[in-house]
Amino acid sequence: MSERTAATTDPDATDGADDSTETPTEITSGSTSVVRALENAGVETAFGVQGGAIMPIYDALYHSDIRHVTMAHEQGAAHAADAYGVVRGDPGVCLATSGPGATNLVTGIADANMDSDAVLALTGQVPSDMVGSDAFQETDTTGVTAPITKHNYFASSPDTVGDTVGEAFALAAEGRPGPTLVDLPKDVSLNETDREPGPAQAPETCRARTDPADSQVEAAARAIERAEKPLLLFGGGVVKADATEVARRFATEHRIPVVTTMPGIGAMPEDHELCLSWAGMHGTGYANMAITHTDCLIAVGTRFDDRLTGGIDTFAPEAEIVHIDIDPAEISKNVHADYPVVGDAGRAIERVDAELGESPDAREWVEQCLTWKEEYPMDYAAPDNEPLKPQFVVEALDEATPDETIVTSGVGQHQMWAAQYWTFTEPRRWVSSHGLGTMGYGLPAAIGARVAAADDETVVCVDGDASFLMTIQELSVAVRENLDITVAILNNEYIGMVRQWQDAFFEGRRMAAGYDWCPQFDKLAEAFGARGWTVDSYEEVPGAIEEALAYDGPSVIDFHVDPAENVYPMVSSGGANGKFALSEDQL
Amino acid sequence: MSDNRTGLQGPAPDERPHPDGRRNAQGIRIDPEAESEHEPRRTVFSAIVEDEPGVLSRVAGLAARRQFNIESLTVGPTTVDGHSRITMVVEEPEPGIDQIEKQLAKLKPVISVGELDDDAVRAELVLLKVRGEDPDKVHAITEMYDGRTLDAGPETITVQLSGDERKIDDAVDAFRRFGIIEIARTGQTALAHGSKKTVPGEEPGTSGEPTKPNTNTK
Repeated sequence: MSERTAATTDPDATDGADDSTETPTEITSGSTSVVRALENAGVETAFGVQGGAIMPIYDALYHSDIRHVTMAHEQGAAHAADAYGVVRGDPGVCLATSGPGATNLVTGIADANMDSDAVLALTGQVPSDMVGSDAFQETDTTGVTAPITKHNYFASSPDTVGDTVGEAFALAAEGRPGPTLVDLPKDVSLNETDREPGPAQAPETCRARTDPADSQVEAAARAIERAEKPLLLFGGGVVKADATEVARRFATEHRIPVVTTMPGIGAMPEDHELCLSWAGMHGTGYANMAITHTDCLIAVGTRFDDRLTGGIDTFAPEAEIVHIDIDPAEISKNVHADYPVVGDAGRAIERVDAELGESPDAREWVEQCLTWKEEYPMDYAAPDNEPLKPQFVVEALDEATPDETIVTSGVGQHQMWAAQYWTFTEPRRWVSSHGLGTMGYGLPAAIGARVAAADDETVVCVDGDASFLMTIQELSVAVRENLDITVAILNNEYIGMVRQWQDAFFEGRRMAAGYDWCPQFDKLAEAFGARGWTVDSYEEVPGAIEEALAYDGPSVIDFHVDPAENVYPMVSSGGANGKFALSEDQL
Repeated sequence: MSDNRTGLQGPAPDERPHPDGRRNAQGIRIDPEAESEHEPRRTVFSAIVEDEPGVLSRVAGLAARRQFNIESLTVGPTTVDGHSRITMVVEEPEPGIDQIEKQLAKLKPVISVGELDDDAVRAELVLLKVRGEDPDKVHAITEMYDGRTLDAGPETITVQLSGDERKIDDAVDAFRRFGIIEIARTGQTALAHGSKKTVPGEEPGTSGEPTKPNTNTK
């Protein structure tokens, strides 16, 4: 929380507002109460799009110090808020009007829900007395978003709407994070109130248990002590709980190798000896070997997604599973947990650590994991007679940027290459759409990340041609706000992952996969007011990257990469992780 | 570029060591000594929920999207103003039953939720409309099942019966001979046996309007 939060939640500070340099919003109506609740929660930035039913909220924002970033499309607002929250570690806020505004948010809310990202969405709604009449721009927003939010609220009174917004904000961040939504009928926003919102608290029925039970900690510790092939699996929960430091210390002190999930990228430095990078469908061979042969998988903050596990029957088949998670519903949901530990990731690791009598004796196992690292190196062939390889572009970008660069991505082949060939060393630097797999996430996420990041941090969006085209309109926002973002399009003129699967599983029938009709992205970038480059050869790569990074504003490099390149290693859908294919003929 | 990049290396899938172990469909490691697959089990959940708009749809929607098999669902007021009790009969294999309880507990309006023991007291109510040609026999069967006649005319007779699920099933079978025209069953509702608390959330005596005693049973 910022100092500003402390100032605005202190009642004395608000009473003495005249002396303050920052004047809190005066509460005269539901909408001003909403804005005050956001201010009290420490919200500094919101992303959104104007519209009829949300106008009163925007009118109240007019008088607030909260920065509003107008997006080109509500989906962009939701993704930007999501990424802002990922980078900052507290909930991102997005706004949209009723009807189409709210339904346009849906993809972004669903994305946040799948990745457990804290987002508060505020939507306008038609006036209360018109609800249910199929009024202009009416949608049952709470109905539509109920399955993709932790909880949503239909605001019923100007007197309580500020409390509701505060509660929704707190709930988004409570326990396992996720999106919440408050639907705001126009009359509730407009009608008079002078009621100060109370302190924002998550509802009593949703408070998470953070300190695990002694019995669970003890049982987990005993299992780890007797393991001969222990393996840590760090999921996104380690990052979200800000447990990276504790988790890393646990791994290094006890000499336990680490694999991560994709959302867990950065929880362990990928250049660390014990880090085997991420496991799953396109994970490293060595991570998948380790997860296949471990006898004790210590999984922290992961929901065992099918892209991680492959077929459940062959997932870590010899392992006792210790599962640390703050959400009890994730315990034994997909994979049976022999030793569940329900609690905050950092706290649970600390407790297990304190309970461990001795480190497991795993010297041989660690050696085995290091051997696998050498046996299955991540590499790509780049013969002179073939076009530019996308993996080379990712490596060149990583090379040219500072260590703590934030990387966002769309979804598809480019996302996998970015995750495989960029070496992440810190958490909250890899910002992507994992669970929902939302093409088009990359650019609006880069905008959210850029607004959240410090000025001296670098933000790169590795995108695909098809993904970029889905939310390209947000480039206008980056130009208007002069956001220093470098977009690197790995353009293979295909919806490439589909093309790869068509070749592998549909006998090469490339139905609707060709994207050679895409516009010239460099010219399009210039038309938006950004800078654009096109790169066709290895020789041009370093120069274009250098110029784009040097440009203080949004830049787009259209890398024309080898359209035939495929993403490997690959575990076929529902297959065994240990049987990852190194090429198509091994599938 | 150059030819010094070799591409992915390493033994092919068939050349790698593969462990013999396996997991079953529920993600449980299969123990060759005592392999167990869980059979679906029928059980009753009771939940105290905040009586807010949409709460029923949240519970029903959760069950639908997670493919929980709900047999019946009843809802009604409790001793506490603003709190309702939902009773849900489900049939699932073991890990699924555990999931239902945990997922329900995550819903914001759910104050408490628990699975009832086998000795829980259960009852449901049914209205049966049968052909009215043989009123004496209908009356006799109704008496036999401790039922009441709610409506009787020359064409149809409507009776009310209550009791546990098996009794209702038996009674419905017994009435078939008259020709059942329409049937309405409430589904089971239940409370824990004796002084055991069903789930936390009721506060006897604190409410302005306690639940009315059931006058239909006797």
